[in-house]
Amino acid sequence: MPNFNDILTLLPEAYLTGAICVLLLLDAFVSERQRAAVHWLTLLVLGITALLVISGQMQGTASAFGGMYLRDPLAEILKLAAIAVTAIVFLLARPYIEDRRIAFGEFHTLTLFALLGVMLLVSAGSLIMVYLGLELLTLSSYALVALNRDSPLSSEAAIKYFVLGALSSGLLLYGMSMIYGATGTLDLNAIRMMVPMTPHHGLLVFGLVFLIVGIAFKFGAAPFHMWLPDVYEGSPTAVTVFIGSAPKLAAVGMALRLLDMGLPELLRDWQPMLAVLAVLSLAIGSLLAIVQTSLKRMLAYSTIAHMGYLFLGLSAGTAFGNAVAVFYAIAYALMATAAFGIILALSRAGFEADQIDDLKGLNQRSPWFAGLMAITMFSLAGVPPLFGFFAKLLVLQAAINAGMLWLALVGAVFAIIGLYYYLRVVKVMYFDRPDADRVLAASSNLPLRWVLSVNALALLVLGVLWGPLFDWCLRAFAVA
Amino acid sequence: MSSWPLLSLLVWLPIVGALPVLLAGARRPRAARWIALLVSLATFAVSLLMLHGFNADSGAMQFTESHVWIAALNAHYALGVDGISVALILLTTFTTILVIVGAWEVIQDKVHQYMAAMLVLEALMLGVFCALDALLFYVFFEAMLIPMFIIIGVWGGPRRVYATIKFFIYTFLGSIFMLIGLIYLYLKAGTFDIATLQALHLTLPEQTWLFFAFLLAFAVKVPMVPVHTWLPDAHVEAPTGGSVVLAAVMLKIGGYGFIRFSLPITPDAASHYAWLVIALSLIAVVYIGYVALVQEDMKKLVAYSSIAHMGFVTLGLFIVFALLRSSPDGVMAGLGMQGAMVQMISHGFVSGAMFTCIGVMYDRLHTRQIKDYGGLVNVMPWFAVFMVFFGMANAGLPGTSGFVGEFMVILASFAADPWIALVAAFTLIIGAAYTLWLVKRVVWGEVTRPQVAAMKDINAREAFVLGAFALAVLALGVWPEPLVHLMNASVTGLVQKLALSKV
Repeated sequence: MPNFNDILTLLPEAYLTGAICVLLLLDAFVSERQRAAVHWLTLLVLGITALLVISGQMQGTASAFGGMYLRDPLAEILKLAAIAVTAIVFLLARPYIEDRRIAFGEFHTLTLFALLGVMLLVSAGSLIMVYLGLELLTLSSYALVALNRDSPLSSEAAIKYFVLGALSSGLLLYGMSMIYGATGTLDLNAIRMMVPMTPHHGLLVFGLVFLIVGIAFKFGAAPFHMWLPDVYEGSPTAVTVFIGSAPKLAAVGMALRLLDMGLPELLRDWQPMLAVLAVLSLAIGSLLAIVQTSLKRMLAYSTIAHMGYLFLGLSAGTAFGNAVAVFYAIAYALMATAAFGIILALSRAGFEADQIDDLKGLNQRSPWFAGLMAITMFSLAGVPPLFGFFAKLLVLQAAINAGMLWLALVGAVFAIIGLYYYLRVVKVMYFDRPDADRVLAASSNLPLRWVLSVNALALLVLGVLWGPLFDWCLRAFAVA
Repeated sequence: MSSWPLLSLLVWLPIVGALPVLLAGARRPRAARWIALLVSLATFAVSLLMLHGFNADSGAMQFTESHVWIAALNAHYALGVDGISVALILLTTFTTILVIVGAWEVIQDKVHQYMAAMLVLEALMLGVFCALDALLFYVFFEAMLIPMFIIIGVWGGPRRVYATIKFFIYTFLGSIFMLIGLIYLYLKAGTFDIATLQALHLTLPEQTWLFFAFLLAFAVKVPMVPVHTWLPDAHVEAPTGGSVVLAAVMLKIGGYGFIRFSLPITPDAASHYAWLVIALSLIAVVYIGYVALVQEDMKKLVAYSSIAHMGFVTLGLFIVFALLRSSPDGVMAGLGMQGAMVQMISHGFVSGAMFTCIGVMYDRLHTRQIKDYGGLVNVMPWFAVFMVFFGMANAGLPGTSGFVGEFMVILASFAADPWIALVAAFTLIIGAAYTLWLVKRVVWGEVTRPQVAAMKDINAREAFVLGAFALAVLALGVWPEPLVHLMNASVTGLVQKLALSKV
């Protein structure tokens, strides 16, 4: 029977659930003008949730509901990162949402529900919980993608996302049932104990394959990446910011829970699978990004490539590699919010600024935003001294450390190819003249400007001072 | 030794100084120019202060600073200089002043961004020469590409976009493999400290892989044949200031990389494959010399001549191994390496001056084609004096700095193998041919074109820049002893290290 202590351990999520319900109700009653208050209230909710996460973790690692829910440093990092990213998304997205008359309240509550899914997922201690968290996240995401009802592109993206997402959830569930069949338990810790003892090794590996497919789908790793460019392009940009950032944190949490916590004994089986996924993602992401003309699609393919790098860290299978994967996911989430944030800042009602050519001559129109975008692009490309470089450095190191020098070399080669399409964006902003008929104007929304500036400059500052953040990631795996 | 963090001041001053330059904004170009000039002068002053406090009798690192940067990787913010880096630092701070003065009226568009980019570029190059931690070195080494990318791309010529992207990707291609090498070394040694890496024992196969990883990075930067093709493009399209910095300082970073990484970390592999580098250097000297001969674009001609001259640098650095085999006392080997260093500094001045000269002509006629000029001496006598002088220096005439380094390297090569020296000495003929022919076609003769007849002689600002370069070239040519003395202890120490096998 769940007791009061269990609820207390679950307090951040419990609080968030309650708060979402209140916000949902509130949204039905507030007038157009009171919307701003709801917006800030939502941010307050996020702040309180973050505080609850921190204060909970201060009381130490714990589990609740018979091990279904875990409170540990890994969950803390990922939750805080996801909350921070969500807050950034709200601040960045508000003018966009208001300009386009997209359902304001629904955007906020659905995003919060997705965040709740992320939080439950990264805290999962059993297969059921993994699945629940994941479904909460993805179901909310489907709705978010379709939020712009009148746009056919948006609806198409949502349908694609839903069909493929449902398929992958099915595969994941199938894999879980195999694992359950082989070990007789859903609890991840218990699965780890059972793996060496079970006689059904073949069944286990069979199930593992499906788990990996499910994970790869959620990451958007090639060859399970088909949905990603369409969804990124079709979603309202305000939603793309979210989908491009927070779910990656959830995915890394899911992969670590399933593979590192549940099935570390099968390292020799899943390591090559992840390595293959990494190589394919790097290749497909980097090569296809080159030919894109849509900025959102280009960033989508760049995401695929970045997930390849993340897999480099994951596939090492070491504590260091895991810490690196978490670090990479956080770095990537920050870069994604900055990159999509620029699109949000430049678009206004009737104009999306989502083509690469839309940025033409940005340096003349708005040198500050051009500078921020340049920082973001160089960071994504992995040029020092920016944050993205150190994330890449660490994944390469993790791969070499795990004896996969060849994988690191592949990563290095695709870093060069990837460089090209990021440079192209900088080229368009700095070297091209603006089109006379297209007037680029940066948004005058102050919170957006500030958050975007802080976000992009953080890539520069963290590029110099990333030590503490990485130490934190390392501590989650108790290697510091 | 002073307790002041002099090197940190040196590296960070231009970066901090770039902020007010940027803030001056597009509407106050005058302010941007003056602040940039003051910052570069202050940086030069700091570098002179460093020279003053530097003890040239010691080969050890001086003015060292070390703070933990990333504890988890045991990476340090570690700075320090020896004689070799001091010489290159002075070259950098000196050149930057001239570049900023040289761009005074030439750059009219987004002055503040140009000046800020130059200052940031200077800081990063200084960081490269000061870094004692391999990770820090790499960060500076790569970050340098960003301002240069912007400088070529924004203020460059018609094909600037192609040139600058080629430049960036080419250089990145080389260095990313070095990064893998550095990570490998780190995992082996547990530190990024360059001195520790230099003392690390490595087997020959390991050294070979690392050597080629480093070679790729630095060969692109130098650049050596066959990875030199980015340079002519970058030079042709870059604005004058960009070309000057590129030729005068950035190429030197490749040579410096060989000295700091390739030679001491993988001495046995370097010794093993010295023949390869020597062969490529000789190809650069002779073949690229011929390529320079047929160029019709002045900037391209000087760019190719840069590659040929840098061939001497790599020749001097790698001839050391042949010399150590025949005479382990290292006197001759030291001469070769000294020659390479003197050649680097000299080439910095000479090529910087040549590109400035071309810039002066380009500002007036907006063409770089040799055939569009002719008879400049009739309309621009003062300019002709400088152009002829730098042409002589480029051809390696005794009395100019160009002669000293080449002579030392040829002398050392002769001791190793007279045949190598013979091929290398070809440069005296080819170099004279392409340079003097250029001078003949551009400066001498009658004025045949009306546009040329309307050209005005250099103004005071241009005279200052060219005069400063000329003074440096002449001083180094007549009396190279202070420079040689400055680097002697460090070079000797390095040569002694190379004589010992690490296997």
